Amino acid sequence: MKLGYYPGCSLNGTAKEFNSSLKEVFSTLDIDLEELNDWSCCGATSAHVTSHLLSVALPARNLMLAKKQGFEDLLAPCAACYSRLVSSQRELKLDEKMRMEVEDILEEKITNGLHIINLIQIFQKIGLDKLKEKKLVDISKIKAACYYGCLLVRPVDIALPDDMESPDSMESIIKAVGGKTVDWNFKTECCGAAHSIAHTDIVEKLCKGIIDNAEKHGADVIIVACPMCHSNLDMRQLNIMKHFEGHKPIPILYLSQLIGLVLGIDEKKLGLGAHYINTKPLLDKIKGADIPKSVPIEKLQKGVEA
Amino acid sequence: MKIGVFVCHCGENIGRTVNCPEVSKACASFPGVVHSEDYKYMCSDPGQNLIKQAIREKHLDAVVVGSCSPHMHEKTFRKACASAGINSYMVEIANLREHCSWIHEDIAEATKKAIDLMRFAVERVKFNHPLQTIKVPVTKRSLVIGGGISGIQAALDIANAGFEVVLVEKEPSIGGHMSQLSETFPTLDCSQCILTPRMVEVYQHPKIKLLSYSEVENVEGFIGNFKVTIRRKAKSVKEELCTGCGLCAEKCPIKKKALSEFDEGLSNRSAIYVPFPQAVPNVPVIDRSVCTYFKTGKCEMCKKVCGREAIDFTQQDTFVTEDVGSIIVATGYKLYSIEKKPEESIYKGYGEYGYGKYKNVINGLQFERIASASGPTSGEILRPSDKTEPKKIVFIQCVGSRDESKGFSYCSKICCMYTAKHAMLYKHKVHDGEAYVFYMDIRSGGKNYEEFVRRAIEEDHVNYIRGRVSKIYEEDGKLIVKGEDTLAGLPVVIEADLVVLATAMIAQQEAPKLAQTLNISYDKYGYFQEAHPKLRPVETNTGGVFLAGACHSPRDIPESVAMASAAAAKSLVLFGADMLEREPIIAKVDESTCAGCFYCQKVCAYNAIEKKEIRDRQGNLKKVVAFVNSGLCQGCGTCNATCPSKSIELIGFNDDQIFAQINAFAEV
Repeated sequence: MKLGYYPGCSLNGTAKEFNSSLKEVFSTLDIDLEELNDWSCCGATSAHVTSHLLSVALPARNLMLAKKQGFEDLLAPCAACYSRLVSSQRELKLDEKMRMEVEDILEEKITNGLHIINLIQIFQKIGLDKLKEKKLVDISKIKAACYYGCLLVRPVDIALPDDMESPDSMESIIKAVGGKTVDWNFKTECCGAAHSIAHTDIVEKLCKGIIDNAEKHGADVIIVACPMCHSNLDMRQLNIMKHFEGHKPIPILYLSQLIGLVLGIDEKKLGLGAHYINTKPLLDKIKGADIPKSVPIEKLQKGVEA
Repeated sequence: MKIGVFVCHCGENIGRTVNCPEVSKACASFPGVVHSEDYKYMCSDPGQNLIKQAIREKHLDAVVVGSCSPHMHEKTFRKACASAGINSYMVEIANLREHCSWIHEDIAEATKKAIDLMRFAVERVKFNHPLQTIKVPVTKRSLVIGGGISGIQAALDIANAGFEVVLVEKEPSIGGHMSQLSETFPTLDCSQCILTPRMVEVYQHPKIKLLSYSEVENVEGFIGNFKVTIRRKAKSVKEELCTGCGLCAEKCPIKKKALSEFDEGLSNRSAIYVPFPQAVPNVPVIDRSVCTYFKTGKCEMCKKVCGREAIDFTQQDTFVTEDVGSIIVATGYKLYSIEKKPEESIYKGYGEYGYGKYKNVINGLQFERIASASGPTSGEILRPSDKTEPKKIVFIQCVGSRDESKGFSYCSKICCMYTAKHAMLYKHKVHDGEAYVFYMDIRSGGKNYEEFVRRAIEEDHVNYIRGRVSKIYEEDGKLIVKGEDTLAGLPVVIEADLVVLATAMIAQQEAPKLAQTLNISYDKYGYFQEAHPKLRPVETNTGGVFLAGACHSPRDIPESVAMASAAAAKSLVLFGADMLEREPIIAKVDESTCAGCFYCQKVCAYNAIEKKEIRDRQGNLKKVVAFVNSGLCQGCGTCNATCPSKSIELIGFNDDQIFAQINAFAEV
């Protein structure tokens, strides 16, 4: 299986471990990821607050590259890239005027037919049975809270085909590889997204609510599939610990990292040392060692290792 | 042929843009026209007298009136002409108002067009033939489908007028949703107290034949002469032997396996059951899907304890046919199922409200059962999860209604009122409780309705919050309700003990199927369609079939009752005469040229085309031709246009008439 790969900016920067874990997982599953040659920015949040046309045209350029390079499926692991690409594709399909404008800009005819898929969809496509076959490590000792955030399941009809108010497609993947998930209430609650920079206090409060709810329902880890969610929940947790007394930190893992663990891939290769919240206690728990009830805060705030 | 022409000014309506005297003058010169005049109001008494006078004095054979749409006054002018001695169908109307004056501005042009329209009509009327109205006999008996309050009211009205009624109810008992309600707005009188006497009256009425646990299977025939096949579902109990003692239900070992439909799933019932103690008829039925005997072949407890030997496990569905002259459809509504994965997949549901996931998120009918003295908590307000008294209760209106993205664009109409009632009932029973209502708008049009809502707010201190709820989730036994107060512009979080969702009223799932059986129209939501939204609100496009209650659109009890009485009155109008008169504008087959291809049968929307065998004197079959059932034919003309050999003529709209009009147009 050959797959077009659109990493986007985050996976080359703040979400390096997302990138590395993903590549490790797919090589173990014998899937060739071929990076889109000469890819450019998807527009992210900035394009659509600047110009609507720009927010459609930027992804369109990448869509056309993928077509020209002969891909049928394009994996966009970042939830924001995914959302921008599918939104642009949909708009080009429905709005003829827009399509003609973008064709003018790109100086080429726009053709349809590319499948853009995100991390959850690629696992569904590979098949849960195949994942199960390749399972090496038992993760049944930990409980995961699956966090979808906003862009994986919204807007409805465009994004992942799941119930946008109470999705469960990530849970079904984790359950298939023998993991346990918790039923919790903040799966789609806002993490504050890009306000992380300008309104850190608000983001801390929002993230605190999400983490607390996961913890309350017995989660040992929060699983995400979005670099933005990850950076807010993981990185901001250090400040949360400072600002909210008695906060119990929880490691935040990408879905690809958890699947990597199941497939028996080395922790280092999965980038599990690159987290702000130490993942060691979690890994110990998977291996069967009990985490001491009170972990010294320095140990938890281990910071970036790799 | 002597033709008289009459041009109406319609006050200013036509006269303002059409020069009527000039039209009248121009018409006088048309071949065949012997009389032409104009008048301010032709439909008025003096106007009609002008026509009658001209007919008598000039011995007219036909009349053309230039006036408003024939929908409006064709009947008036036909009647006037008939009274002066010419056949009603020798009258033609040229529509000078809707087709001319109302849509044009230029007087000269409009006048020219009016003259043309008059000429077409004059040419057409030359090919008119005197026609006689069709007479069909009437079976003075009515079928009422659905035994809720609408069906009960309609059945009683017709029966009390002295005519027989067959009342068909699919459930084991009549009573419908109204029997489940606790109190009714805006008077707070007990629903069962006002309903059950009527149910008993239905049961005891000598003119009403009640077929409970039955469904309409097939309908044939036409207005005044329907033949209805009804499936009587097997009750497994011999109705004539059962005394309704209730011992069977008491001894049935299945106590917890089936959820009570009457209590909206808040309590359990046995496999052999009557839906509620006041059921009419008070005869139990066996739910075969849960009964031990039907599953394993063993048990027979009910049979053993029944002293009347009324239990019959071998009973099968039976079919009965009934002849009726009119049908009243009163099949009611159901509530929008808002669980995460609703069965109607085109609707998205409300996963974020947790209905079906959290026990303490209930719908309006479930709250009715909790508040009802006959309900699972005997009227005490206790929440389903732990049977404690909720101290904070949140009501959410418009769940599924007025929400195109997740539900239906229409307003369910009754929720504003019943939510106010629910909040009030709660406050009357839980004095220290807090009640919150999330609303979009409060729609309380109706006698004493607005006052009722104000009472809830002002006297019972119910907190009304304008805004929507985004999410409900459970933490530590509390339901966290997150919403927005759009008046204050602030987010709201309420930790509630119980949440009641006012879910949308929707059409019954089987409604489209029934509509097809009855040959009536239904809208995109599955609600039955009336013949005219203003002037024929209880009639359907199929003669003799009438609508009552919430099967037509969301309606409350007073409206349903009024509509039921109106439908009954419409039936009684039918029964007022022994023979039905109807327009002779129907299709007619020329049997000598009909090739028997039956394309006409395929396109006929009213099932009016039948097969007729043509035999010679010896009785040998010569051919099979189409035959129009004059009772069913609505004169739409589709068959006429479809027939490849031009063997079907629409009487009153035949080719000669139409071509005369077209030719007149071509001569312009």
